[in-house]
Amino acid sequence: GKSEYDLLVVGGGSGGLACAKEAAQFGRKVAVLDYVEPSPQGTQWGLGGTCVNVGCIPKKLMHQAALLGSALKDAQHYGWNISQPVQHTWSVMAQAVQNYVKSLNWGHRVQLQDKKVKYFNIKGSFSDPHTIRGLTKAGKEIVITAEKIVIATGGRPKYPTHIAGALEYGITSDDLFWLKESPGKTLLVHLSLLHFCEDVVCISLTDISPDVSLECAGFLTGIGLDTTVMIRSIPLRGFDQVSRKHQMSSLVAKHMESYGTKFLKKCIPTKVEKLESNKLQVTWKNTDLGTEESDSFDTVMWAVGRVPDTKTLNLETVGVKTNPETGKIIVDASEATSVPHIYAVGDITEGRPELTPTAIAAGKLLARRLFGQSSELMDYDNIPTTVFTPLEYGCVGLSEEKAVQCYGSDNIEVFHAYYKPLEFTVAERDATQCYIKMVCLRESEQRILGLHFIGPNAGEVIQGFALGIKCGATYPQLMKTIGIHPTCAEEVTKLHITKRSGLDATVTGC
Amino acid sequence: QEAAKYDKKVMVLDFVTPTPLGTSWGLGGTCVNVGCIPKKLMHQAALLGQALQDARKFGWQFTEEVKHNWMTMTESVQNYIGSLNWGYRVALREKKVTYENAYGEFVGPHTVKATNKRGVEKLYTAKRFLIATGERPRYLGIPGDKEYCISSDDLFSLPYCPGKTLVVGASYVALECAGFLAGLGLDVTVMVRSILLRGFDQDIASKIGEYMEEHGINFIKQFVPIKVEQIEEGTPGRLKVTAQSTVGNQIIEGEYNTVLLAIGRDACTRKIGLDKVGVKINEKTGKIPVNDEEQTNVPYIYAIGDILQDKLELTPVAIQAGRLLIRRLYGGATTKCDYVNVPTTVFTPLEYGACGYSEERAVEEFGEENIEVYHSYFWPLEWTVPSRDNNKCYAKIICNIKDNERVIGFHVLGPNAGEVTQGFAAAIKCGMTKEQLDGTIGIHPVCAEV
Repeated sequence: GKSEYDLLVVGGGSGGLACAKEAAQFGRKVAVLDYVEPSPQGTQWGLGGTCVNVGCIPKKLMHQAALLGSALKDAQHYGWNISQPVQHTWSVMAQAVQNYVKSLNWGHRVQLQDKKVKYFNIKGSFSDPHTIRGLTKAGKEIVITAEKIVIATGGRPKYPTHIAGALEYGITSDDLFWLKESPGKTLLVHLSLLHFCEDVVCISLTDISPDVSLECAGFLTGIGLDTTVMIRSIPLRGFDQVSRKHQMSSLVAKHMESYGTKFLKKCIPTKVEKLESNKLQVTWKNTDLGTEESDSFDTVMWAVGRVPDTKTLNLETVGVKTNPETGKIIVDASEATSVPHIYAVGDITEGRPELTPTAIAAGKLLARRLFGQSSELMDYDNIPTTVFTPLEYGCVGLSEEKAVQCYGSDNIEVFHAYYKPLEFTVAERDATQCYIKMVCLRESEQRILGLHFIGPNAGEVIQGFALGIKCGATYPQLMKTIGIHPTCAEEVTKLHITKRSGLDATVTGC
Repeated sequence: QEAAKYDKKVMVLDFVTPTPLGTSWGLGGTCVNVGCIPKKLMHQAALLGQALQDARKFGWQFTEEVKHNWMTMTESVQNYIGSLNWGYRVALREKKVTYENAYGEFVGPHTVKATNKRGVEKLYTAKRFLIATGERPRYLGIPGDKEYCISSDDLFSLPYCPGKTLVVGASYVALECAGFLAGLGLDVTVMVRSILLRGFDQDIASKIGEYMEEHGINFIKQFVPIKVEQIEEGTPGRLKVTAQSTVGNQIIEGEYNTVLLAIGRDACTRKIGLDKVGVKINEKTGKIPVNDEEQTNVPYIYAIGDILQDKLELTPVAIQAGRLLIRRLYGGATTKCDYVNVPTTVFTPLEYGACGYSEERAVEEFGEENIEVYHSYFWPLEWTVPSRDNNKCYAKIICNIKDNERVIGFHVLGPNAGEVTQGFAAAIKCGMTKEQLDGTIGIHPVCAEV
């Protein structure tokens, strides 16, 4: 028989909502299912997906809170008389952030209504290729049929369940942003449990790097909490991940160390126990010294990767193929799965960067191809990203390491500079890790392969250059671009010292 | 410095004629001493004042009363400038460039007379000359202007808080100064003869003015001062300003501690003996016309920077022009300075970054039917929690329909406008089209993704 809906989107996050709303523009009958399984600690949230509720949005707001803490310190140098001591109250921040997120949940519901997209708050699973069934919170069963289905259920944080006490006592990013009380003395554990492939390393920092743990540790430190990051440097096909494979992430981490975040390097946790005082006792193995150590914390947060949310979808029943290692749904360049009328976008898809703007763009383009007679495919090259650590890192294109691998070190030229943001001068801030690096092809045109920037407002700086790179920007074109003075971004247009020359890359002068 | 790289014997003459109030400064020119650098630092001080208010909403607690101390800020800024002055002297020395703190003027072909502070004169000859004397603020030419008013030349090193200030002018200098003074907690009024930010996109200019008005800055429009009198001496003192309407006979009066004139700048070309060597200048503006290789009508005399006719008065443009000129003269290069699509930023409380055509100029040049303007208001994520304006930040791009919708103008009004604009300027230089812009993924969540 005929399906009830033209399009059913399973998952109301960045990708899903974008796809649904775009499809509705073409006058199609569209429905969205969204459901949040509570975290092991019981945290739940509304419509909007990871980004809105437990990702980009609350992360950036708390990052901003931490930056404002630094601003308070700077302000004194600029003449502002602020009484000491200056305190931060977690609950004021958390409530403000949570209220804003809730307003976004509401906004999304209103938008769906305005665009006449039907919304079901149910957890759906396939009963046949065109049918999804699910139970509402009240226990009523709902059956929905659709011509085309888009799976956009995203992912959830993983727990290292092999560590005793991990599930019972630890939290993840799903919980951190919704805590009503301050997390107090916090341990963030980064463990890479995934396999790495070189592609993943270079496309975006988010896939394999300790992003989540560094960003969270960064803002927790910034608001005055005792913060420790436990990290094990995984030997990656012979390379040390942190120090050689990623020059940029080691600069970021170094800055955090001087900023006050503690690092327990080369350590792996073995168990977590609850003490009478309600604190958590964590025991770990120091793989360098071969010793066992322990300490107590108020909060332990796991940042060990994310798993795609496919378990309860019943994908095997309908034949949607997933990657056996990662669990992610395999799609082709048009976001189609192994089943012709079933598609997938966002974090759930194999081999794509786990980023909101990417999911949104892919979702929109998919809707346009399905219902709008477009044939435009998503371009996954040169997607810019930013890590919002205390000193931010923005990048687009290839990492130096990947460029060397693809083209050979003789065929690439790396321009770099250590610079000092003007605003740091009067504030007497340390700019040691403020750094820019541009990787170009060495042959005559000198096309730019990648741009990396560590400093304040990294995202704002990189965005426009990403555009330039999409236009095939070359080093000479960049050098013809006049700088805006005084900004940090202008330093990109002034890069002229190469790594090859071995010369001091510190920017001098005005 | 560039010339010295080619083993040329180079000399630099720099001299700062003190302002009417006696202010002077060291090596480095306008940008370093009384321009971009102190301006951005004081703008930062004002932004930090706003950050303090935001911080409370993000959970930070400190006393309600937060006051700003002008002297602390000015001392820090001046110390930093001093380090730059010093840095330049060292750099020149290291590159073996001879530096003299003396006032230079041409006295005959290939000959310059340098007069130092003590009046000692020396003569120097050179094969080639480069004039880069820049500009100084203009005065109104009304009673009391030089005696009682200050300019941007004085503001950044003022040894006392300016207090209740009247800023005369509608240039970016006037608005930027008014902006940060208000941000530091001072009572600021801007007196404007006609429009704001002449030469800039007027749609954006009016948004900038609106924002400033909504945030506590008073505007007196269509008036010009005709007289400034001193009521009381002091640091600051009290001044009475009398102004006349430009559209009627109305006269108004006001009392201020400080009057800051920001009505324009005049090229320092009238008293450097250009007539003695035949260098033509524009008699009206004092600016020097040059060809596209920065050469004046006298073959061995070149000019760069703010004194050039029909060129942008920006530090990076001057630097770029200077470097490329030397590489052409001594390095065998042929690259000329590209003056097209030079990005700029105005550091008003709500910053404005731009590159390329304003909407008016685009309509004029291409015709309204041939351009498409895409625009959007946006709300920076960081402004949500502290409940700051949700309808003020704005971005617009202007595309040339006939040329594949190539982006010919980029304008953004919002925080960190300079950082945002820089990369787009590079993309515009690569000939970016609307399609390419649409195909570029945004970084989330940042303002630039809009």
